[in-house]
Amino acid sequence: MPNFWSDPFGFIIQGFNNLLLSWGWPASTVQVVGDALGAFVLVAGSLFFCLLLIWAERKIGGRVQDRLGPNRVGPFGLFQAVADMLKIFTKEFVTPTGVDKVVYNLAPILSVAAVIMLWAVIPFTITFYGNDLNVGVLYLVAVGGLAEMGIVMAGWGSNNKFALLGAFRAVAQLVSYEVPMVISLLLPVMLSGSMKLNEIVRSQDVWFILSAPIAAIIFFISSIAENGRAPFDLMEAESEIVAGFNIEYSGLKFGFFFVGDFLHAFTIALLFSVLFLGGWRGPGADQIPLLGFVYLMLKTTIMYFVGLLVRFSLPRFRIDQMMNINWKMLTPLALGAVIATALIDKGVSRFLVTLTPVLYAIVRTAILLLANALVLWTGMDLMGNVLERRERRVVAIEPRPVARPEPLPVEPEQSEGEVP
Amino acid sequence: MIPLYWYLVFSIALFCIGLFGVLARKNAVAMLMGIELMLNAVNINLIAFWRYFFAGSTQTDTTRALAFVAIVFVSAAAEAAVGLALIISVYRRRQTIIPEDMNILKG
Amino acid sequence: MILQLFFIVIAAVTLISAIFVVTAKRLMHAALWLVLALFGVAVLFAFLEASFYAVVQVLVYIGAIAILIIFAVMLTRRMMDEKGAQLNKGWWVAAVAAAALFAGLLAALGAWAGFQEGPGAAPDTAVLTQFGIDLVDPSKVAIPFEVASILLLAALVGAIYIAADKKGGKG
Repeated sequence: MPNFWSDPFGFIIQGFNNLLLSWGWPASTVQVVGDALGAFVLVAGSLFFCLLLIWAERKIGGRVQDRLGPNRVGPFGLFQAVADMLKIFTKEFVTPTGVDKVVYNLAPILSVAAVIMLWAVIPFTITFYGNDLNVGVLYLVAVGGLAEMGIVMAGWGSNNKFALLGAFRAVAQLVSYEVPMVISLLLPVMLSGSMKLNEIVRSQDVWFILSAPIAAIIFFISSIAENGRAPFDLMEAESEIVAGFNIEYSGLKFGFFFVGDFLHAFTIALLFSVLFLGGWRGPGADQIPLLGFVYLMLKTTIMYFVGLLVRFSLPRFRIDQMMNINWKMLTPLALGAVIATALIDKGVSRFLVTLTPVLYAIVRTAILLLANALVLWTGMDLMGNVLERRERRVVAIEPRPVARPEPLPVEPEQSEGEVP
Repeated sequence: MIPLYWYLVFSIALFCIGLFGVLARKNAVAMLMGIELMLNAVNINLIAFWRYFFAGSTQTDTTRALAFVAIVFVSAAAEAAVGLALIISVYRRRQTIIPEDMNILKG
Repeated sequence: MILQLFFIVIAAVTLISAIFVVTAKRLMHAALWLVLALFGVAVLFAFLEASFYAVVQVLVYIGAIAILIIFAVMLTRRMMDEKGAQLNKGWWVAAVAAAALFAGLLAALGAWAGFQEGPGAAPDTAVLTQFGIDLVDPSKVAIPFEVASILLLAALVGAIYIAADKKGGKG
């Protein structure tokens, strides 16, 4: 029976199981009920946590943009999200004519479900996780594919050409950015030898962001693109295609898309912390699982803050710039990093196996860091001439054939005749 | 405990439904959907046989069965991509995707 | 007992979705029913303890092929795509052929001795790692792996070339 102070989640779960067993329920039923209740608590908890995220985003965004965020409802505007929630709950569902009822109504549910399903494999502490799938990393990518289906259904089911166009562009963006994400996810799997997320956390004696910085950066960038936040927010560009695929949604259905968006941003920070920043690892986290949870939340908050800074600083990309970045920069860089890491890891580890584990980890990390720097340097060099701006035709110096703001040459005879 | 023939009957049924889709639909994209159903039925068949006979046995047999399934996945993906590219290309020229209407080679 | 019930429910959902795929009037509905059928097949893969292929099924089929089919449906919409029958003139021949094939295959497999067998040994947890190692082992299944990658490369290049817009240059 775990101690309450060191492992509150385990304590509660064990206590609940003991209670049900003491009522005489069979063990398999207790496990099923426990799993269902745990899933429900996780989903509800994450959705309520979204309120805090929305507040944080609006406050920090306000400060970045040199204004106060919401500060009227509650102290520091903390209850602003509650007010927004109440407003969205009570708005009318305006359903346009000619929509496909099932597809139209299923799309927001699928969008949010795809994000929440990601939380099933994340290890929060050493003992508290949904299910340690042995294909955990692949599951992350597969569930991202379900989010694309949600967007396609939203775009098509709205019976609206703008929505369809927005859905096309959104799906093109999402499918394209899956490729560097999957390739960069190969690196933590390679370095830790397993696809289980808890194993990846356990094998991070040195954080993987030091061993595979290119993969970390590419994963972060492509996750932001998968989410659809700025600077990749072409999917819901308000100034261009009037909110994209969620034009025809109002009220709680739009609220679902909104909540899915914010929750996905937090989930990206969570996944980045688990895969590259060591997850729940830290001093003393092995014995006291609660400390592991605290460390994970700290790292996640820092990465979420970085994501917010990126969102509020960069302007939006055009669709062709986005595709260029993906296919001409991220994918070759990811492939180069994978090849370099695989070769060097295999080649060097057989010489280093005589060292002690701590020294082995440090030396391997240093060598991989050097290899990554080399790949980045040569990659940027080679891709420089692909990504450079094309020479624009210089127009200002050419003589323009149209009227110029110059006084016409005046004949001396005529002007003398005009002076009275 | 589920006997093997439940999975086999299911996969045969899925295969026959896919076959009906390929033979009886007018639209070329709908025929492609029938082909995807048939390939999925084959996959279920292979994986059922793997689980019931080869999963716990020697590693070579296990890997060979799983590699077979991987090849079917890859073939399905490649054929869907090329088939849809062909359909879109034909649609651009002839403005139709009903194979019955593409009959300029008819005698 | 509860496992059998679970299997019957999932199999019924998949077969009914497949029937709707081949008989739906609107093509977009058929594509969405196809997504449900593919998801049902993925659940059955997970049920058969082939966890890797369950996830790969969702990733490849639903995340890529189904989206490709939906794109093709949306790009080839004509003005009146929902009018008129969606089935051929000779669809009853196809139905008879499918039913005959079903009966024939069932009879052929039913005569086999191993038809009623129960499941064998459960797969080891290290089967995934071993599969990965064997995919690059020249004496095991490395050759199909390489052939598959060449096939995908050919399909990629071929599809891009076929679908490229020739009037305005590539792409």
